[in-house]
Amino acid sequence: MLYQPWPWYVAGPLIAICMALLILMGKRFGMSSNLETFCSIGGAGKFTDYFKVDIKSKRWNLLVVLGSVIGGFLGAHWLSPNPAVDISEKTVTKLQKLGFDSAGTAYLPTELFSLESLSDLKVWIILLIAGFLVGFGTRYAGGCTSGHAISGLSNLQRPSLIAVIGFFIGGLIMVNLLFPLIFTA
Amino acid sequence: MKNIVYIILGTFLGVVLYKSEAASWFRIYEMFQFDSFHMYGIIGSALAVGVVLVFWIKKSKVKSFFGESIHIENKEKSFTRYILGGTLFGLGWALAGACPGPIYILVGAGYWPIIIVLIGALFGAFLYGILRGKLPH
Repeated sequence: MLYQPWPWYVAGPLIAICMALLILMGKRFGMSSNLETFCSIGGAGKFTDYFKVDIKSKRWNLLVVLGSVIGGFLGAHWLSPNPAVDISEKTVTKLQKLGFDSAGTAYLPTELFSLESLSDLKVWIILLIAGFLVGFGTRYAGGCTSGHAISGLSNLQRPSLIAVIGFFIGGLIMVNLLFPLIFTA
Repeated sequence: MKNIVYIILGTFLGVVLYKSEAASWFRIYEMFQFDSFHMYGIIGSALAVGVVLVFWIKKSKVKSFFGESIHIENKEKSFTRYILGGTLFGLGWALAGACPGPIYILVGAGYWPIIIVLIGALFGAFLYGILRGKLPH
């Protein structure tokens, strides 16, 4: 059971409990603010006061990050004998048309996330731009999936609803309009 | 002691997101194609439980584990920054197939190219800090 993929009705409530535990520890569930903390640690405060923060006060969240790295290691190496993600047939067909032959057989597409894929400069550019949009967008919006979609909506915040609508506008543009331009079989 | 609790909480979260496949690029694509209920089930059931727990925390005025009172700040009111920032984030989320939490989780899982995504994300956060005074909020 533990070694099979966990169903949504197990994962969702457990995520909510993690959020509540953080609140009960006097903190907030938000992963993207760590990106700013890393910038501060790297000396970004020399460029703008925005990054001049008390790093000690952010330490707890960096420990959550450290934990999630460990969790990823445990999940992948100890708890998942079969990494294939059982996505729907329709999705597999769509992805094969885009050149993702690993659809349905892997955890991440080997076309983007295997060491061999890094021999293609295009993959580097795609991953860098994707990361850039995640980092810039989440700080502009003041939160990501954890801060807005889970924490903000749990607290019935209208700004978080606007942000989540934005997440979907961006995501739908990407997979419907831009994927056919970026990926070809 | 507190430090260990944060690490354990993060570890637990990492295992949950990895094992539920919320950290899988394929699940994110499938979600944006509306081909499966899986991701909507995760976010929806997290919200169903989350709304109740947050309501209880606010209503009961329960103290934190360390005896401090809990005040959950409201998000700053605005439209522009949330819709523009959110859309940029959504473009990246769908292309990278990972939001910030799963990026760290996938580093631990050993999918090394995700480090390029992380470097891009750090640069994005840095550039936002530089440009924020010039952006409409």
